[in-house]
Amino acid sequence: MDAIIKKRIKQVIKGDQDAFGEIVEIYKNSVYQLCFRMLGNSHEAEDIAQETFLRAYVNIKSFNQDLKFSTWLFRIATNLCIDRLRKKKPDYYLDAEVAGSEGLTMYSQIPSDTPLPETELESLELQEIVQKEILKLPEKYRSAIVLKYIEDLSLNEISEILELPLGTVKTRIHRGREALRQQLRYV
Amino acid sequence: MCPEHIIELMHQYLDEEIDPEKEQILREHLRSCKECEIIFNELKKTVAFVKSISNMQAPADFTAHVLARLPKEKKKVLAARLLRNHPFLSAASLFVVLMMGSLFSTWSQDREFSVTNQKNLVVKNNTVIVPKGEVVKGDVVVRNGKLKIEGEIQGDVTVIHGEKYLASAGHVTGQIDEVNEVFDWIWYQMKKSAKEVTGFFEQ
Ligand SMILES: [Zn+2]
Repeated sequence: MDAIIKKRIKQVIKGDQDAFGEIVEIYKNSVYQLCFRMLGNSHEAEDIAQETFLRAYVNIKSFNQDLKFSTWLFRIATNLCIDRLRKKKPDYYLDAEVAGSEGLTMYSQIPSDTPLPETELESLELQEIVQKEILKLPEKYRSAIVLKYIEDLSLNEISEILELPLGTVKTRIHRGREALRQQLRYV
Repeated sequence: MCPEHIIELMHQYLDEEIDPEKEQILREHLRSCKECEIIFNELKKTVAFVKSISNMQAPADFTAHVLARLPKEKKKVLAARLLRNHPFLSAASLFVVLMMGSLFSTWSQDREFSVTNQKNLVVKNNTVIVPKGEVVKGDVVVRNGKLKIEGEIQGDVTVIHGEKYLASAGHVTGQIDEVNEVFDWIWYQMKKSAKEVTGFFEQ
C-alpha cells in the first residue's frame, strides 16, 4: 500500500492528475467521513473533503515522505474542518474556555443529567443520536474522538495528525469519552 | 465517593494502556463498587456506540469532482499526452521549439529575484508572503523566490524558478502555475505572446 502511494505521489509531482485520481479513490471515504463527523452536514463535508484533496495536490511537493500520507491528509482535513467551524462559531460557544478555570469549558458546566426527551429518542436512529452528541463536543475533543473511534487510529497517529503531545491527546480523548458517556448513558 | 484515580484507570483500560497490576486494582474495585461498575459499563457502551457509526462512503462522483477542481494539468504532461495521441503535432511542436530557441538563453540568464508590485504583499529576503487575513488583488508573479500564501490572492499566481506554499487558510481565486523547467518556461512565454496557440493546446 505505502509503496503504491509513494509511486503515485512521484507521478503526481510530475504533474500526472490520473495518478492523483487513484490517491483520491483510496482515501475518499475516510476523508469524507472525518469531515462529516466533524461538521455534521453532508454538503459541507463534501466541500471540505474536496478542498482537502485540492490542498494536498497543490502542496504535494511539501509533503514530508517520512510521514504516512494518510497522516498528512488527515491533518489537512482536520485543520480545514476546524477553520470552517470557527468561521461559523457564534461569539460564545461550548468550548470557549471559562475564565480562570483551566481546561474547564462551558460544556462541562452544562448539567449533564439531561437525557434527550423520550419522543426525540424514538424518532432518531441510534446513528443520528450518536452523531448529534459528537457534534456537541467542543471541537478539540471532537477531532480526537473522531480520529480515534471513527477512523480507528492509534494515539500516536492522532498525536502526529493534530501535532500535539501524546499526553494532550489522551486527555482530550478521556474528556470526550466522559462527556459522551454522560449524554449517551440513557440511550 | 470513589477515588478519582479509579476513573483514570478506566480510561487507561479503554486506551489499552493499562499495566497488569493496575488492571488488577481496577477489577477488584469494580467487584466491590456498584457505582464504578455502572460508570465503567457506560464508558464501554459509549465507545461501542461511537465505533458503530463508522461506515460512511463518500458521495458518488466524488473523485471526478475533485479532479475537476484541480489546477490545469502540468503542461509538459499534457503536451506529452497530446503528442502521443496526435503524432502530426510533433512536427509542429518541433518547429515551435526551434522558434523559441532563443528563450533558452533568457531562461538561464534571468536569475534575479523579482515580484509584481501589489498592496499587501510582504517581501522578506527572497520570500514573498501574503499575510493571513490580507487580500491581494490582481495576478501575482514571483521570479527566483518563494511565495507563501496565507491570505487570499484574487487572481492568477505564477512562480518562476521558485516554490510556492499554500497554507490551509490561504486561497487563490485564479490559476496557479509553477515554471521551473525550460519546457515550462517556453510554454509560459508562448502563453504570454500567443494566446491562440495555447488555446488550442489547452482544449
Ligand atoms: Zn467506586
